[in-house]
Parts: sequence; structure tokens; C-alpha cells
Amino acid sequence: MSQPAKQQATLGAANRWRRYGIAFATLVNKEVTRFSRIWVQTILPSAITTTLYFVIFGRLIGDRIGPMGGLAYIDFIVPGLVLMAVIINAYSNVVSSFYSSKFSRYIEELLVSPVPNWVILAGYVAGGVARGVTVGIVVIIVAAFFTEFRLHDLSVTLLILLLTAVLFALGGFINAVYANSFDDISIVPTFVLAPLTYLGGVFYSIDLLPQPWQTLSLVNPILYMINAFRYGLLGVTDIPLGIAFLITIAFILALGYYSLSLLRRGVGIKQ
Amino acid sequence: MSALSVQTLSKTYANGFTALTGVDLEVEAGDFFALLGPNGAGKSTLIGIVTSLVRKSSGRVQIFGHDLDDEPEAARASIGVVPQEFNFNLFLPVIEVVLNQAGYFGVPRQEARSRAELLLRKLDLWERRHTEMRLLSGGMKRRLMIARALIHRPRLVILDEPTAGVDIEIRHAMWGFMREINAEGTTIILTTHYLEEAESLCRHLAIIDQGRIQARSDIATLLGELHTETFVLNLKAPAEALPPLPGFVLEPIDASTLEVQVSREQTINGLFEALSRHGIEVTSLRNKQNRLEKLFLDRVEARREAAA
Repeated sequence: MSQPAKQQATLGAANRWRRYGIAFATLVNKEVTRFSRIWVQTILPSAITTTLYFVIFGRLIGDRIGPMGGLAYIDFIVPGLVLMAVIINAYSNVVSSFYSSKFSRYIEELLVSPVPNWVILAGYVAGGVARGVTVGIVVIIVAAFFTEFRLHDLSVTLLILLLTAVLFALGGFINAVYANSFDDISIVPTFVLAPLTYLGGVFYSIDLLPQPWQTLSLVNPILYMINAFRYGLLGVTDIPLGIAFLITIAFILALGYYSLSLLRRGVGIKQ
Repeated sequence: MSALSVQTLSKTYANGFTALTGVDLEVEAGDFFALLGPNGAGKSTLIGIVTSLVRKSSGRVQIFGHDLDDEPEAARASIGVVPQEFNFNLFLPVIEVVLNQAGYFGVPRQEARSRAELLLRKLDLWERRHTEMRLLSGGMKRRLMIARALIHRPRLVILDEPTAGVDIEIRHAMWGFMREINAEGTTIILTTHYLEEAESLCRHLAIIDQGRIQARSDIATLLGELHTETFVLNLKAPAEALPPLPGFVLEPIDASTLEVQVSREQTINGLFEALSRHGIEVTSLRNKQNRLEKLFLDRVEARREAAA
């Protein structure tokens, strides 16, 4: 290697933040390219599923259910279905991508490089958020075919959408760190995420529930996010907005801290 | 200046297996260094720790003076590694594998593209740049791992069995490439089971076994320690009876092939003169065993006997 080239390699450390930025952009680009390349597996299924939800629950059954929370039933379920798609896709993207990198050992490309742990985490989470938001937009477009799109508060809508995607991308990351097989990456979505989402008020207002189920529902964090998002789109919510943001941010901080500690200790990736 | 400085490095895995015990190793900047050892000796653990893939139990590692604990980013930025096993995303095209690695090391995209073209052309992979990894042959994957390891222009490159499973032509091309980057100033640490590869390329070596460095020397000095070398001679005409050659130990393989042990005090010239006196003509000769291989086996065997 020539002397200037050597100097260039060493001088990379001088511009640390630029280096972090390049590494982060590389990770995000890799993640977005990955889910875009296999869009039939990553984007399309949510569009089909939510179309079916709108047809069956919105049109066929919804018309017989009557208003919910003061809204037509199909309008009521739109925010929950959008956020459900965001949650599942943000989670799935990170869990499958990070686990694949462990399984095929190309995570080593990152581990040997000078990328700090927080940039690795931020890159994967941003990839999950990108997919979650992309699918969320697709679902909103699908919803527009069945009902009139409404937007009550843009900032609340965007903020809770992003925070929810970040939170579940972090969840997917932790799942991937502990996963030892491809079976392990589907356990949490099937046995934890899906029940919590369905019981989180996607299809009903918790006012309908008898006690103690109404109170028990309040321990489900997804309930807060769906309600905040419903407020953003439609202006109605079962719970105070401030508590929804507080809980979401608290979970993000807790999972983010835990994810970084897993990376620092090399759990699941270093012997 | 040391490219790599390892001090009292130890590693015990979670299952209780101790892979390294107090390893000390210095590799000078600019060296072409061989790290040899039988399977399970601790080579991969040592390389894993140096490249941040394995956590050490104790000890210190410095790369060009950057401590892996205190300045991990500067230390890692100085290393490129070609691992023993393929570790690619098999669904990525060749060019993306290289560009992503450049990105992780903070090389701007445009600069990375020009470096990638240079490296992929040199390693005869440019025409395959849009091919997915899973469609490459084993030799191509090996060469791509070298391109990936060099994209950020590391000052120290660690090659862990880079030519395993590669055909002779590609292996020689890879040797040429390694010599070239070493001549340009890059320090190279090579592990290999092809000891002729180490003998041909490297200037210094260390032998590691049972988690300890058993020998560290320059190759010329080490080869000088060989007491005898065994040569295989092909004769021009079959020899009916072997004449006595004082000082040389002869053993016929067949009528036209002869095995001769030559001690350090003797010369090949002397052997040929003795054979000529008996009218025996030699058409070709070769070492029965690679010299470094013999030394390596002698060392490992001697130490195991001592341990027993």
C-alpha cells in the first residue's frame, strides 16, 4: 500500500462522525435494499391481509356492527390495522435480517469493522422503521379504497407511527440476538405480538369490555400506541395521549439500553 | 514498530475449554508472517480475538499501538481479515459485498466504487460484479474475501487459510497478489496448512500448539535447524544393485527411483559425484517432504512426546 493510502486509512479516525454517518447509511441502504428486493414477501402480504380485513370486518361484518367510539366501524379499525402492519413489519424486518446475518455469519463483516454498537443498532432499527412505515403507507392507501382518509393531527400521527416502529424494531433485534434457529424468530410474533395486537383495541374500544378485562387491557402497551395513533388520524382515543407517549418512550429507552448491553457483551454473536 | 503485539493472551470458552494460555506474540510492521499449528491448536481463537470476533479472557492486544480495549475503533480500522470459512450474504451481488464493507469502515461511496473496481479487476472478479454470491465458485469466493478485506486499505491483513480448496493456478495467482500487497508495505499474517505456501511467502513464523506459542523464528533460521533432508531421485536407467555410498543413506523405491537422506554436513554435489562414479545418472530430484512441513511435524511430535 502506498504511503498516502496508509495515511488515509489512519486519518479515517479523525473524522469520526462522518465515518459513523457513512456506516449508518450503508446499513440502512443494505436493509432497505433487502426488503425492497423481496417486496413480494415483505410488502405485499400486509396489503393483502389488510384488504381482507377491510372487506370482511369493515364492509361485510362492520355494517352490521354499527358505530364504534362514535365512528363508523370501518373508520374505527383503520388506525389499528395500519399500526398492526407497522408493528409486525418493523419487528419482522429486524429479527429476520439480524438473525440471517448471524446464521450465515456475515454479521462478522460488521464485528470486525470500527462501527460502534450504537450505530449497528441504529442501522438495523432504521431498516425496521423504514419497512414498517413503508407497509403502513401501503395499508393507508388500501384503506383509502374502502373509506375516506382522515387526518386529525399530523404530528401525533407521525410521531406515534415512528416511535411504535422504533420500539418493535428494537424488540425484533433482541429476539434475533437470542434466537438460535429460524423457529425462534417466529415464536414471539406468533405467541406474543399477535395476541397483544388483537387485544390492543384494533377492532374494538376497551369501553366495550367488562371488568376486569378493561383494567387488564391497560397493561398491554400496544393499546396505548393504537389509541394514540387513532387519535392522530380520527381524533378519538380511549386513553390520555400523554400516557401513551410516556409509555412508548419508556419502553424504547428500556429496550434500547438492553439491546446495547447485549451487543456490548456480545451475546449470541461473540464466543 | 509492531503491527501486532499480543501479551499474555488467554481464552477459556464457556464450556471450560482453554484455547489459549498466556500467548505472547509480536509481528513487525511490513512482515509476512506465518502462524502455523495443527487443527485445534488455538490459531483461529487467536485470530478471532485479534479481529474482535472472540472475547478474550485476559491479556492485551495492540494493533499498530492501538489497544483493542482502549481504542477499539482505531485498532479495528487497521485490520483486514480473510476468514477461513465463507461468511457472506449469499443473495448479495459481488459489488455490494465489497461496497458494504467499505461503508462499515467509513469509506465514502464514490471512493469505495473506484477502490472496488481496482481490486475486483486485480482479482479477476470485475466481470462478475453483478453476480450473486451463491452463484460464485469456491475460488471466486476466496478471492472476493481478499477484495473485501482490502477495500479499506488496512495496514495489517490476516489471511486464515486463504487458499484452502483453491486450484493450483488460482493459488499461485493469489500468492502473487499477496506478495504484491506485502511489497507495498502491508503487514500480512498467514495461517495455512500448505507449508510450502508459508515457506515460499513468509519471512517469520510462529508455531502454536495446545494454546501456546511453541516456536517463533525467521524461516531461514528454522530451516537451518533441519539435520537431514530426504530427496527422491529419478534415475535415467534402472539401477540393478545399489552401490554403497559412504555417508548417505539410500533406499530404493523401485528400479528407477531412489530415496536418499542427506545430512546437514553433506552436499548434493557430493551425492551426485558419488552416484556418477558408479555410472548412475539422475534425471530429476525433489524433496520427499516439504522442509518446513518436516520441521513442523518434528516440533509438534517432540513436544507431544515430552508432554506425555
